[in-house]
Amino acid sequence: MSFLDRLFGKKNSAESAKERLQLVLIHDRTDLTPAQLDSLRDDLISTVSRHVEIDVQAMQIGVEHDGRSQRLVADIPIKSTARRRAKKSK
Amino acid sequence: MPAKVVTITSGKGGVGKTTAVANLAVALAADGSKVVCIDGDIGLRNLDVIMGLENRIVYDIVDVIEGRCRLRQAMIRDKKLPELYLIPAAQTRDKNAVSPSDMNRLIKDLRPDFDFVLIDSPAGIERGFRNAIAAADRVLVITNPEVSAVRDADRVIGILEAEEKGPAALIINRLNPTLVKNNDMLSADDVLDLLAVELIGIVPEDESVIISSNRGAPVAYDTKSKAGQAFRNIARRLKGEQVPFLDLNHRGSVWDRIQRLAGRK
Repeated sequence: MSFLDRLFGKKNSAESAKERLQLVLIHDRTDLTPAQLDSLRDDLISTVSRHVEIDVQAMQIGVEHDGRSQRLVADIPIKSTARRRAKKSK
Repeated sequence: MPAKVVTITSGKGGVGKTTAVANLAVALAADGSKVVCIDGDIGLRNLDVIMGLENRIVYDIVDVIEGRCRLRQAMIRDKKLPELYLIPAAQTRDKNAVSPSDMNRLIKDLRPDFDFVLIDSPAGIERGFRNAIAAADRVLVITNPEVSAVRDADRVIGILEAEEKGPAALIINRLNPTLVKNNDMLSADDVLDLLAVELIGIVPEDESVIISSNRGAPVAYDTKSKAGQAFRNIARRLKGEQVPFLDLNHRGSVWDRIQRLAGRK
């Protein structure tokens, strides 16, 4: 990597390789494409919403790995009932 | 003497499977083990040329399996090491000439007479690969610190786990310490972090590997070569010894440094 690349903040190539591989390996290992992950997300939203009101904008879903095993991690914030009541009464 | 059966595989082609098999075989045999290596790449045989035994082939593995010769007749004795043998692949047949159960039978016959059976797997994850891992006690996955090789290694490691042939051990081959230092090559730690398997060796990029294979004398014979040293260390680890990993970050001899300063390296 040249001095100029570094000067202009271009990411070093080993770092790009590692980041790209991390994503590729998650998809290879789980057989989940980004599109499938999106559709999973939509299904989760509609299922969970039937029971509690959730903050869809703040919801996060992703695959994390622990050694060679993969874990689907969903972080779904629930809208607090107190705040909802306050909004309704306004 | 029940042999340990070790298969070397990679997924991607050209990362150094055959070179690794030849070198581990030489290192183990030079250290007193009785070793037989099997070229599992039917139709694209190469272990014979890397070992310098291409002129001695009469029978091959398919001849043994199809009963045209006895097992001993297909075993070529090494030129230098009397306890090292090669069973070559057939060149004019394809992978379907051998099945996993053929391999199991063949290796069962070899086990009593050797300390190590080393199997050179073909690239890919099809029949030839399945044959190569069928009888393995231990599988070594070899990769280069490059995106395509690491990705394929991960696929293979996953398949080995699913087939209960794991846990695989990893050889990182052709690591270039200068590129790593400049952050232009994945480091051994990066690769281990991505693949999450046990490491059994790191082999530095070394032009003496090409020179040795030109001559048909594996680099493990070369006491001055770093790659040769790395392969000898892997052989000792296969025997169960604890051997520290080579420090590939040190700056080399004074002469190396002078040459580098003079811009010759």
